[in-house]
Amino acid sequence: MKIAVCIKRVPVMEVKFAITADGSRVDNAGLKYDINDFDLWAIEAALQLKEKNGNVGEVAVISLGPDAASEQIRKALAMGADRGVLLKADSIPADGLAIARALAAEIKEGGYDLVLFGRIAIDSMNQMTGPMVAELLDLPCVTNVFKLEITGSTGRAERALEGATEVVEFPLPAVLTIDDGLNKERLPSLKGIMAAKKKPLDVKPAQLGDAKVTVHKMALPPERAAGRILGDSSAAVPELVRLLQTEAKVL
Amino acid sequence: MANVLVFAEVRGGDLRKVALEAVTAGRALAELSGGGSVHALLAGDAGIGAKAESLAQHGADSVLVLEHAGFAMYNPEALAATVAQQLGSGTYGYALFSATAQGRDLSPRVAAKMGVGLAADLTGFTVEGGMVLGQHFNMNGKVIVTLALAGTPALLSVRPAAFQPALAPRALATTSITSAADPSASRVKVVELKQGNTGKLDLNDAPVIVAGGRGLKAPENFKLCEDLADAFGNAAVGATRAVTDEGWRPHSDQIGQTGRNVSPTLYVAVGISGAIQHLAGMRTSKTIVAINKDKDAPIFKIADYGIVGDVFEIMPALTAAVKAVKAQG
Ligand SMILES: Cc1cc2nc3c(=O)[nH]c(=O)nc-3n(C[C@H](O)[C@H](O)[C@H](O)COP(=O)(O)OP(=O)(O)OC[C@H]3O[C@@H](n4cnc5c(N)ncnc54)[C@H](O)[C@@H]3O)c2cc1C
Ligand SMILES: Nc1ncnc2c1ncn2[C@@H]1O[C@H](COP(=O)(O)O)[C@@H](O)[C@H]1O
Repeated sequence: MKIAVCIKRVPVMEVKFAITADGSRVDNAGLKYDINDFDLWAIEAALQLKEKNGNVGEVAVISLGPDAASEQIRKALAMGADRGVLLKADSIPADGLAIARALAAEIKEGGYDLVLFGRIAIDSMNQMTGPMVAELLDLPCVTNVFKLEITGSTGRAERALEGATEVVEFPLPAVLTIDDGLNKERLPSLKGIMAAKKKPLDVKPAQLGDAKVTVHKMALPPERAAGRILGDSSAAVPELVRLLQTEAKVL
Repeated sequence: MANVLVFAEVRGGDLRKVALEAVTAGRALAELSGGGSVHALLAGDAGIGAKAESLAQHGADSVLVLEHAGFAMYNPEALAATVAQQLGSGTYGYALFSATAQGRDLSPRVAAKMGVGLAADLTGFTVEGGMVLGQHFNMNGKVIVTLALAGTPALLSVRPAAFQPALAPRALATTSITSAADPSASRVKVVELKQGNTGKLDLNDAPVIVAGGRGLKAPENFKLCEDLADAFGNAAVGATRAVTDEGWRPHSDQIGQTGRNVSPTLYVAVGISGAIQHLAGMRTSKTIVAINKDKDAPIFKIADYGIVGDVFEIMPALTAAVKAVKAQG
C-alpha cells in the first residue's frame, strides 16, 4: 500500500500580521513557517497506518510552494515519511482549484491507495483542496475525518459535522481530509532528522493553470474597541447586566 | 442579471437553519447582479418536498425537489453530479452553498467537476462590474481578504450566521427533478448519522453562547454554564480544546481553529484564557464577556466587558440576574 500526504507550508499564526502598502498581500517580513497543523495530523495518520498495517510500502509527502517549503518536507521526512516531492511555485495561488490541479497531476502518476489532506489550511482557510483533487482523479473522498479504520481495501471513517457525526464507508483507493481529534503528531527524533537528510526529495515545477479566484485586496479586521473591566467579584454583575441591556443591547 | 442556484442543506430529514440563510444570501446576490431568480435545490428521502414551503417564504422563486431513498443520508457523489447537471443547464450565474461540513464537502466537488471558481466561507459580498467580490478570512481569522471570482457559473459558500434568514415570501413553485447519477452506485456511503445534543440549540444557531474553559476545573461544574444558558433561554454551551481533550465535553462543542467557528450576538467566556486558537473561532462575536481570575488573561484583550474574579462566585449571581431580567419580560 502506498500513501501520499499533501502538506502546506503556512505562517506560524502567533504574530500580528501586517498588510503591504498596496493592500495586495500579507507582509511576510519576520514571519516564521511550519507545516499546517491539520497536515501534521495527516502525516501522523499515515505513519500510524504504516506501523500498524505491515503492508504500507511508502509514505510520500507532496508540497506545492516556494523553495523554502523543502524545510517542511524535510520535517515530514524526519517524522518518518519516506520521500518528498516539492512542486515549485514562487507564490501559492488563492484559487483552490489551481492548487488542486497541480497536486492532482502529481498524485495521478503515483498509484497511491490513500491520499491524505488536512481538513483546512489555516492560512487560506479554503477547506477545498482535498475534495477537488478527489474529483479531478475520480476517487472516493471523505472529508473531516476524525476516526479511521482501514481493513484490506475498504475503510470506515467518522466525519465531524456541526454538532453531529457521520459514519462513512468507502473503498480504496481514496482521498481523505483529516480533522483534529484523530491523533497528535509525533516530534521528529534526532535519528529521524539525520535519516531525513538522505531521503529522496524531488523538485519539479508546479503545473499551475489560470486562476478564477484571485485576491482583490487584503485588510486587517477592525480592532475591537478596548474592553472594560467592571470589577473583581459578583458585585460587578448588576453593572454587567445593565451594560448588556443598555449599551450592547443583547439582553 | 443572473439566476442563483441555492443548495438547501438537509440533515436527518430536516431543513437546517443555514438553508434559509443561504436562500437569503442567494436573494441578495440575485438583486446585486441586476435581479435574477433564486432556485433552491432540496434533496432528501421521500417527503422532503414538504420543506419547500419555508424556502419559498424566504425568497426562493422555485424549488427543485429531488426525492429518493438514496438521499435519506448525505450522498456526496450523487449530489455533486446532480448539482453540476443543474448548473450546467446554462441558466445560472452562481451557485451558493452553506459553508458547513456538508456544503464545504459538496461545493469543491462541483467546482472541480465543472472547472469553475469557488470562493468559500464568505461573510459578505458585493458585485462590481459583473464580478463577485467576497469577504473571506485568512490567517486563522487575523486577516480579511476580498476575493474576486471570475467566470460563470461561479460558486460561493457563505459562513453560518453571516446572513440572518429574512422573509421574502414567494408563491410556492416546485419542480421535481431526478438524480444525475444512480444514488445507490455511490462509492462513499454514509451508513449512520449520530445526532449530538438533539433538542438543544446548535452552536451556529444560538444567538448567545456560554463557553467554558479549564478554569471550571471539573466536568460537573459545566452546570454553571448550562444554568446561565437556560436563564438566557436562547443559548448554547461551548468549550475550549483543553476541555474537549479532557473529555469533559464532546469534541463537537469545541470552539476555535480546530473546532467550530461561531459568531453569536453574545459570547460569554467562562474560565477561558483566550489562546489564539480559541480566539480564531469566536473573535467575530458581536459582544464578548469574559470572566477570568487572571487579569492578564489574553481573553480580556478582545472582551467588551470583563470581570476579573472567581467563576464559582460570579456565575450563580450572573445567572440569577439574567433570570430576573428575563422574568420582567
Ligand atoms: C494546533 C492547535 C490547535 C488548537 N485548537 C484549539 C481550538 O480549536 N479551540 C481551543 O479552545 N483551543 C485550541 N487549542 C488549544 C489552545 O492553545 C489552548 O490550550 C486552549 O484554548 C486553552 O483552553 P482554556 O482556556 O480552557 O485553558 P487554560 O489556558 O488553561 O485557561 C484556563 C483559564 O481559567 C482561568 N481560571 C482558572 N480558575 C479560575 C477560576 N476559579 N475563576 C476564574 N478563572 C479561572 C485561568 O486564569 C486561565 O486563564 C489548539 C492548540 C493547538 C496547538
Ligand atoms: N500548496 C499546497 N501544497 C500541498 N498541499 C496543499 C497545499 N495547499 C493545500 N494543500 C492541502 O490541502 C489541504 C486543505 O487546504 P485548503 O483547501 O487550502 O484549506 C491542506 O491541509 C493540505 O493538505
